[in-house]
Amino acid sequence: MPHDHADDAPPHSLLPPDPALRVKALESLLTRKGLIDPAALDEIIEIYAHKVGPRNGAAVVARAWTDPDFRKRLLEDATEAVAEMGFTGRQGEHVVAVENTPEQHNMVVCTLCSCYPWPLLGIPPGWYKSDAYRARAVREPRKVLAEFGVTLPEAQRVRVWDSTAEVRYLVLPMRPVGTDGLDESALAALVSRDAMIGTALVEAPA
Amino acid sequence: MTRVHDMGGRFGDGPVQPAAGDAPVFAEEWHGRALAVTLAAGALGQWTLDRSRFARECLAPADYLAFSYYEKWLAGLADLLVAQGVVTRDELAGAEAAPSPLAERRLRAESVAGALARGGPVLREGPAPRFGPGDRVRTRRPARNLAVTGGHTRLPGYAAGLTGVVERAHGCHVFPDTNAHGLGEQAEPLYTVVFDAAEVWGAAEAPGDTVSCDLWESYLEPET
Repeated sequence: MPHDHADDAPPHSLLPPDPALRVKALESLLTRKGLIDPAALDEIIEIYAHKVGPRNGAAVVARAWTDPDFRKRLLEDATEAVAEMGFTGRQGEHVVAVENTPEQHNMVVCTLCSCYPWPLLGIPPGWYKSDAYRARAVREPRKVLAEFGVTLPEAQRVRVWDSTAEVRYLVLPMRPVGTDGLDESALAALVSRDAMIGTALVEAPA
Repeated sequence: MTRVHDMGGRFGDGPVQPAAGDAPVFAEEWHGRALAVTLAAGALGQWTLDRSRFARECLAPADYLAFSYYEKWLAGLADLLVAQGVVTRDELAGAEAAPSPLAERRLRAESVAGALARGGPVLREGPAPRFGPGDRVRTRRPARNLAVTGGHTRLPGYAAGLTGVVERAHGCHVFPDTNAHGLGEQAEPLYTVVFDAAEVWGAAEAPGDTVSCDLWESYLEPET
């Protein structure tokens, strides 16, 4: 047994085993103590389920592709540049944009937890938080990319950015050839969440 | 020296399972609830973000590996609430809940959007940087918290004892190794340090591939 006495058991083991009931128990206890407002929880969920997500990041990328001055500002000080577009706040207090080039492909991970640029990409997908991605992306990024269907030329270096501090990274993908006629919103529609993490490329429309 | 969360480079985890871009943000309804209750409890101001990360890192390895992502959050939250005296073990186990003196600090629905948009910047005034872009540095080995045995640190185990090159200085950021343990913010210069993948792993997948970490100055020594 891991614990000789019940008093040594970690507090979390006192909660119900089913995770959905565990949340209910915590929410109910904190509400009864006056420490949380359930309507505030609804509001947090509404914001991250429907308002803050990868469309924000895609708008930044499309603007960088079409506005050279903005691209320059984004690469120099992304925190300021994305704030101009209204994207600020929790888990995006300090942002750096890293540009993919024919010489270097960038890919972002957080090996220690799940750091991710929330104001630009929303809440991270399950795979980003998975042990497999956290463990492997730093050591064998090209094998991981292959699992996303991405194969890079060996001559294109791969840089993996491990988000070990409060700096949050946005990958600025390469603009696909054959998109000269597209406007900013059509370009934004091409940019996937994964392309801004660095596990996908942006393709021209078929 | 490390804890279970420090998994960068580990073997044996199997393939990554990509998800469709249009998959729901919260796969289960309780996932969103777990995120929201964690953020709302954090807004009471009884712990720092670094402290909350440390709470998850302190889960027993068997629990950490068995728990899904949001189960780790819930367990960390429950442990923090008791450790910081916000709730009692008896309350957690189902005893009658006593009103809390912190109730007036509760996050109100109308304040949520503003609080999330403000966030919590960690850039501070602090000492002048010892290193600059292009400087060669060596990371501390072993990766450990010097003030607290087994304490929080953000130097991954795989990046300990390596030679790298400073690419960018980010100014002074709150130091997690102290801030997680009630020892103050003690802001230090933060740098992006780049390592050759071949040095980190013994062999790179392709020549020239690199890994970078964002590291505080006291994790680093000059490499001559």
